[in-house]
Order: sequence, then structure tokens, then C-alpha cells
Amino acid sequence: MTKKQKTALTRIIITAVIFFPLLISEHLGKLDGIPGWGRLIIFLVPYAVIGYDVVKRAVTNISHGQVFDENFLMMVATFGALAVGEYSESVAVMLFYQVGELFQSYAVGKSRQSISAMMDMAPEYANLEGENGIEEVDPDDVEIGSIIVIKPGEKVPLDGTVIEGESMLDTSALTGESVPRRIRVNEEIYSGCINGNGTLRVRTSKEFDDSTVAKILELVENASDKKAQVENFITRFAKYYTPVVTFSAVALAIFGPIISGGGLKSVSTWLLRACTFLVVSCPCALVISVPLGFFGGIGAASKKGILVKGSNYLELASRVDTVVFDKTGTLTKGEFKVSRIIAAGGSSEKEQNAVLDIAAHAESYSTHPIAMSIIEAYKDRAGEGAALDSSRVENAHEDAGLGVDVRVDGNEVTIGNGKHLEKHGIKYEACEENGTIVYVAVNNEYKGAIVISDTIKEGVREAIAGMKKAGVDKCVMLTGDRRAAAEYTAKDLKIDDFYSDLLPQDKVTKVEELLAAKAEGRYLAFVGDGINDAPVLARADVGIAMGSMGSDAAIEAADIVLMDDDLRKIGSVIRISRRTLGIVKQNIVFALSVKVLVLVLSAFGIANMWAAVFADVGVAVLAILNSMRTLGTDVSK
Amino acid sequence: MKKKINLEDLDCANCAAKMEAAIKEIPGVINASVNFLAQKMTLEADDDKFDEILNKAVDCIAKVEPDCKVLI
Repeated sequence: MTKKQKTALTRIIITAVIFFPLLISEHLGKLDGIPGWGRLIIFLVPYAVIGYDVVKRAVTNISHGQVFDENFLMMVATFGALAVGEYSESVAVMLFYQVGELFQSYAVGKSRQSISAMMDMAPEYANLEGENGIEEVDPDDVEIGSIIVIKPGEKVPLDGTVIEGESMLDTSALTGESVPRRIRVNEEIYSGCINGNGTLRVRTSKEFDDSTVAKILELVENASDKKAQVENFITRFAKYYTPVVTFSAVALAIFGPIISGGGLKSVSTWLLRACTFLVVSCPCALVISVPLGFFGGIGAASKKGILVKGSNYLELASRVDTVVFDKTGTLTKGEFKVSRIIAAGGSSEKEQNAVLDIAAHAESYSTHPIAMSIIEAYKDRAGEGAALDSSRVENAHEDAGLGVDVRVDGNEVTIGNGKHLEKHGIKYEACEENGTIVYVAVNNEYKGAIVISDTIKEGVREAIAGMKKAGVDKCVMLTGDRRAAAEYTAKDLKIDDFYSDLLPQDKVTKVEELLAAKAEGRYLAFVGDGINDAPVLARADVGIAMGSMGSDAAIEAADIVLMDDDLRKIGSVIRISRRTLGIVKQNIVFALSVKVLVLVLSAFGIANMWAAVFADVGVAVLAILNSMRTLGTDVSK
Repeated sequence: MKKKINLEDLDCANCAAKMEAAIKEIPGVINASVNFLAQKMTLEADDDKFDEILNKAVDCIAKVEPDCKVLI
């Protein structure tokens, strides 16, 4: 409890101690003998104790031009009650109001605390190796290229490369995975992880502000700034709600006596009812609980290693019914390996190696994973010390998505997929194997084909099943692969639809087609890696990228980042988002219905003022507590 | 220049919204946001007038919620 809260609590207790005996005496008729103004003075004592700050704030705010705030309304309501002789009611209202404010303040404080406890991955210090030995410094002060020492059990303060030592790392703060990972020399280490039993010496590669942990913390904090549609609605609603209720109160006070036919005698009754209206006119319950709910949801996702960059994305994710995947690198590991070589001339190893030799040299200038796998296979087969002879290669020209045209040993080599060879008018023997087929032609004559396969990532089948279970209707795969290979993969993974033979720019078009075709109020998510799929990620309603613990490109391009590339997390984030939206909607419905009910009951005189405060305050506290549930642990994965 | 400033005793979400709207109106402010949950204000404004604008922002905050402390 803060100091301010403790003072409030003390005042509440003092007021209660003074007020309750007075209230009981009044009920028992003990105060009937005292004249009106006498009773007023008696009740003004507890009123002053509990209400002086509200009145003071109301007056100060009016002088600053802020008229319609909680303080003013409470002041008017309670003064109104005093004016019509309802002294005890007035004090009770003020007392309950303060109790409510205290509860609210406490609940908000607790939520803030639990969220920041969860986000407690920020390292406080770094052990910097300097001329005078190891010094404990602020991570902010460590320059790039410095050497830091991480002792067992410490938090990794900065991103870098391990130069000495071996250990196990707890990456749960970043990825939500509790299984420790081995870390060795020359491997990248990320800030925010907790070191196991080995001491590590690390050369830092980034400053603290750019480190993984700092970026994640900043993103999560700022995520609440990107407001969900629901939040915007509540803000607009709140702007109108208070004036509307206030004017209704005035209308009630003026027209009530007239319409009900009670005349002047009933003015005080209607005035009281009007004041009751004022008590219910603060939309605080909604204005606090809705953003809090989203904050909790984002925090819950963070705990699982899923970075959601905005409350609006969480909202969109809850209504996703189509998930589109890029194949290579997303569903598959992106590790290509040559699985078979087919030579047009014959099936001997010599023939195969000849094809491989030409192919490897032809691809020597390409950085495409397929090229790399061919080069690797060549090096494997050629044996120890083998290297590509770049003097044999000239004039390399790469056509994205198709192939390479190059001169090897003076011969024109055309290497690529079927479309590429067709473009050059070269006839070839189509290969029906599963995988990517690279055809090789020399001087426009077909020489052979190389079959390259990629492995499906672990857990992908589970991930797709998980997504369907979480409510996704359709899973779609986009790939540059040829149809036969794509079909095989799609069937294997139980993917509903696939589009093959796509060039990079075709993928954007395809996603636009799918977007145009989707149902109203439902959204499309695209899953890819941050580097190659940036335009598609931007185009989709929700872009999900694989972050590999903080890849900058992924964090930039996507709306949701999976810190450990585990596709199973997609199902989790959809579940979390639905849960969050569910709780937020519960709060809205609950708060609004209770408020409307109380307004109606007050208008008819069934609910009196302190019952109204009780309801209003109770609703606010319950809504806030309910919002904290969004942080809760998900029992299923 | 963009600066993040911590706030204390920011208790009313409505007030946070009012503050944000008022600060955005200060001439020279490029962008401003008041995050009720994190109790932080982010202010982006012209470099040369930054301190002056910051003081005006502090005034706005005090006007809306006098109890709220700005931790510079």
C-alpha cells in the first residue's frame, strides 16, 4: 500500500468509527429530539473527515476549468443530499465512494505490480572486464565489443558472442520455454536469459538499448498504446456517458415532480434521485478495466515467449479464421539437402558427379539456400580440401524464383526449375520426386536433375492441429515449390489449401485475393520469417514472424513475434487473445448492465443513494479484478 | 527529441486521457502519450524548445490531476 492509500484507509476507519454509532442512533430514533441544523452539524463531522479532499479537489479543478469530474459530481450529489435533510445518506455515500476509490487504487496497483513482476527480465548490472579486473557496471555503460563475464545464476545483461565457457541457459524470459539450452563458444547469446552452472565470457555485440531484452520490454510497454477497437469505443463512450447522465439528472430533478404530479412536495425526493444519478455517472469501471485487460493479455503472451506489438493485434488475433503460411523456413527448417542426383547420360556415380560439378560451379555466386545445398553436396562428394574454382565461372545472372544463367568452362549453363528451362526453350525430363528439382542444362542440352529436400520442422503437425482447435477454420500454404511437392507437404500436414509455383511477388497477390474473399469481421494471419516475407507480413491483417530470439527484421516487420520459432505458439496466442477479449466483453456487459439497472431503479426511487454508490463501486472493483484474470496461467499449452 | 518520463500517483484512467489530449495541444509537440497502466508519459517535441514544452506539459498534468507527481 502506498502512503496515499494508507492515509485514505486511516480516514475511512476514523469516519466509520464516528459515523456508524451516529447512524445506529438515528435508526433507533435517539436523534429525533435534535433540531435539523443540529443534526446537520453532527453529521458534518464525519463528512468533513471523509470528504474534505473531494470538495477541495472539485473546487480547485473548477478554477482550472475542469468542471465535470468525479469530485464535482460527488460533491453536488452529497451536498444535494444534505440539502434535503438526508444527512446520514450523504455521509454514507461519501464514505462508500472513498472506500471504492481505495479499492480501485489498490487493485490497479496490484495489477501493475504483477505485470511488472512478470516483465522482470531486465538485468541490473554487467560484470565488465577491464584493465583493473572485473567491475560491476550499469549495462547501459557497456560499449560494443567489450568483454563481460557472466557468472552462474546471473542474468545475461547484453547480447553478444560467447568467447569462452560453456553452460546451460534458461531462456524462459524470452521464449517461455523452461527447457534449458546448451550454449557454447562462438554461439550467440541473448540478454534476458539466465545463466546455468558455467561461467561465460562474452564479447558484446550491441549496446543495452538495442539488446534483445531492452527491445522486448519497450515493445510490451508500448503495446498498450496501440489501442484495440474496443478500447477506442470505450473512450468515446466515456466522453458522452458522463454529460448524458448529468443532464438526465438535471432533467429528472426538474421534470420529475411535474410528471409524477407530486408537485413542490416531491421536489426533494426527485432532487435526491437526481443526485443518485450523479453518483453513477462515472465510467471509471470501463475506462480502467478494459485497457487493463489487454495489458494482462499481452503480458500473458509475453510469458509464453510471444511478443504482441499492440492491443489492437491481440484483438485481431482473437477473430482470425484463416492462417496462411509460407512454406520454406516457416513450416520447414529451411535446411536444404541434396537427396538425389539424376544424370541424363547414365546412372553411374561419375556421371552424377559431373552434373553436380557443373551445378555447384554454376550456383557458386548465389546465396539461395538451394544453391548452398548443391555447393555443400559437391564439397562432400569431392572430398577433403575441395573448393570451388571460381576461375571456371563467368557472367552469372540470377532470375529470382527461376534459376541461374552462367558460363562454366566456357559453356553456357542453364540451371533452375522447370519454368526456367522452358523459358530458354530447353527440353528436359521432368522429375516427379518429392522435393525441389533443379534441372541442369549445358549449351541448351539437358544434362541432369538434382533433387533437394527440406525437412519439416518439429511440432508443425501439432501446431496446425492446435490452431484448428483454437478456432482457426482454414490453414493455407504458399510456396514457390512446384505443385507435386507442395501437394505432398500439404497432405502430410493436413493443410486445407495450398498455392504452389509462386514467385515472391505472387505471394502478396495471393494474400490479397484471400483477404478479399474472407468473411466480414474475421481476419487473416500470415506466418513467415521476418526477412523474406516482410511485404506479405505487412499486407496481412495479423503478421506473425518467427523471431529466433530477437531477430531485428522479424520484430520490425511483424505484428506478433514468436520468440522461439515454435509454430505451436500460434494456437496459444489465439487462445490467449480470445480469452482476453472474452473477459473484456464480460466486463463491459456487466458494468453497463449494472449501471443502467441502478439508474432505472434510482429514477423510480427503489434504489437509494448509498446503494447506488455500492453498486457503482462494486462494479468497478469487480471489473478490475476480473481484468486481472487475463494474466492467468493457461492450463493447456 | 523523445523522452520517457515516469509518473507517480496517476490513479484515474480518464485523467490520463485528458492529460494526453491537453499535452498534444501544446505548440511544438510532435507527439505525446500518457500510459495509465505503466504510469509513463512519452513526449516528442522540437529539440530547442524541449525543456519549455516539458514544463508546460507538467502544468497540464497538474491541472488535471494535482496529486500526480512527475518524476523528472
